[in-house]
Amino acid sequence: MNNENTALAQDERLRSFEEYVGEGKAIEPRDWMPEGYRSHLIRQISQHAHSEVIGMQPEGNWITRAPSIRAKQILLAKIQDEGGHGLYLYSAAETLGISREEMLEQLQTGKAKYSNIFNYPSLTWADIGAIGWLVDGAAIVNQVSLQRTSYGPYSRAMVRICKEESFHQRQGYEIMANMMKGTPEQREMAQDAMNRWWWPSLMMFGPHDGDSPHSADAFRWKIKRHSNDELRQKFIDKTVQQAEVIGLTIPDADLKWNEETGHYDHGEINWDEFYRVIKGNGPLNKQRIAHHIKAHEEGAWVREAAQAYKQKQAQKYN
Amino acid sequence: MTDINQLKYSYSLRLGDNAWILSHRLAEWCSNGPILEEDLALTNLALDLIGRAQGFYKYAAELEGKGKSEDDIAYRRNERQYFNNLIMEMPNGNFADTIARQLYVSVFEYYFFRELKNSKDETFAALAAKTLKEVKYHMAHAADWTIRLGDGTEESHKKMQKALNELWMYTGELFEMNDVDSELMAQGVSVDLSMLKPKWEQHIIDVLKEATLAQPEDIYMQTGSRQGIHTEHLGHILGDMQYLQRAYPDAKW
Amino acid sequence: MATDSQLDLWEVFIQGRNGSHHTHAGSVHASDKKMALQNARDIYTRRGEGSSIWVVPAVAISASNPEDAEAFFDPADDKVYRHPTFYQMPEGAKQI
Repeated sequence: MNNENTALAQDERLRSFEEYVGEGKAIEPRDWMPEGYRSHLIRQISQHAHSEVIGMQPEGNWITRAPSIRAKQILLAKIQDEGGHGLYLYSAAETLGISREEMLEQLQTGKAKYSNIFNYPSLTWADIGAIGWLVDGAAIVNQVSLQRTSYGPYSRAMVRICKEESFHQRQGYEIMANMMKGTPEQREMAQDAMNRWWWPSLMMFGPHDGDSPHSADAFRWKIKRHSNDELRQKFIDKTVQQAEVIGLTIPDADLKWNEETGHYDHGEINWDEFYRVIKGNGPLNKQRIAHHIKAHEEGAWVREAAQAYKQKQAQKYN
Repeated sequence: MTDINQLKYSYSLRLGDNAWILSHRLAEWCSNGPILEEDLALTNLALDLIGRAQGFYKYAAELEGKGKSEDDIAYRRNERQYFNNLIMEMPNGNFADTIARQLYVSVFEYYFFRELKNSKDETFAALAAKTLKEVKYHMAHAADWTIRLGDGTEESHKKMQKALNELWMYTGELFEMNDVDSELMAQGVSVDLSMLKPKWEQHIIDVLKEATLAQPEDIYMQTGSRQGIHTEHLGHILGDMQYLQRAYPDAKW
Repeated sequence: MATDSQLDLWEVFIQGRNGSHHTHAGSVHASDKKMALQNARDIYTRRGEGSSIWVVPAVAISASNPEDAEAFFDPADDKVYRHPTFYQMPEGAKQI
């Protein structure tokens, strides 16, 4: 009898929760929420945070080789932003009752994922342009849509992130545009980067809507407000035009404008590659995590020292 | 270049190189910090230094009057044409090594720019005033970490002490002066470095005391940067830094 | 080795400019208040967003319970007399 009552109460709670978010209202950390909502958010926000943090690596790879003072300044500020955004997102996830220690452990043991795109190598300076333009361009489309997500702390983090990231895509596009105006070698370098980053960028939006495992809940709970395919299309439509303006070719023979839909049709994405990389067999999966673990382990004694110092001070003054 | 501009050019180059090479080292911390917050803090230090380098390089280019850009100055010189103090190019090592380098350098720079702010050269004075604000923060960051590591765990204490001891030999030349210094000093443009040394030393001793660390013993002081004679590290820094500029000399980025 | 620590959690409040409120910006990890302030400065004021920062250990914050929201906040709903619009101004009288 008691169990039945509790179950009924739970149903009632769930119903009023879904009604509440259905009205477009925000959920705050101490509000009641279904466990599924909490775990979905933890997974999504921490994955998002890890992506920002792991994303520092491919760009960091070029910091010491940035070709001008201005380029170095911009790149460093941009990577710092990624770190900051990782931090805002970890903060948001922590309000759901998971610690950063746990999240880092999940990242390092492979339990938590991060965006596949960062498992690809940044081989030339043009890749820094391509990452800013395409990867951040894709990310911002997704992030703009998440500004109205139902969980308050996540939504506030996204608002802040979108405000700060608006320069990232531009600076990447500027690098590409300058290279396309440059020497034949530079143009070749830019096109090569375009060829390598285009398809992985499209994969960033995730599988087709029908194949996306967590979508239904995410929509009902207003965590997600636009579908993967919808956002991907938005990105393509915007980016194709920008590529044309600077003379870059999109590496997709099937790409063409569709008068009827008012969108670009595009060729099929290589989903085998997508799932292969997710499963850990991308070009740099192992190196990215090894890098993170190394920094983490090398910093352990520093964190311990800071805690020990705090304790000593507390003893001294109490 | 007139004689005075030649002297100021050398001085500006020296100050630009210090900031430029140290910023390069600090930027190497990116994605390698002991905690995410500290990663961002080290990047902020690097960004301040890049901005500072840009200021001094721009002025150097102006003084030289050959129509060069800051980038030409930053990227198109050879190993023997850089005049940063050796300590700036020392590798990051572990976090304690970096903090020791930051402590020695930022305390020096604090006293240095406090004086340069009064330079009779308006550009130097303005750049110094801006830099001074940044350096105060760098100094607090370095001193606080020195104290935490010194008075933290046994391991951190040992690491911090070792780092301080090893870098000590590179602090002597921070105060070295040559003709550029003495001639510009006579005109009220440059700073009397010999005056700074006791203040610097006292400041370091005070921090180390709070950190329960010992002042390193005075040993042989390494020297060379005023003549452009460096450690082997600089060549590798330049190899990395100048790669694109050298490989594609006609390209604009 | 002790269990790994990402240091303590601090909540950050930033005042955009003198005269305005400190508003919650997010959180940082730090072992002591100096570090918390420096980290907050390095993370939340990168674009000159601040003139003053408060950091508060997250454990020191007590928050009201959403379950008590009705008891806490609803009683204020019918105290219309606290709002100026409750009062009728005689025709022609000017606002101060």
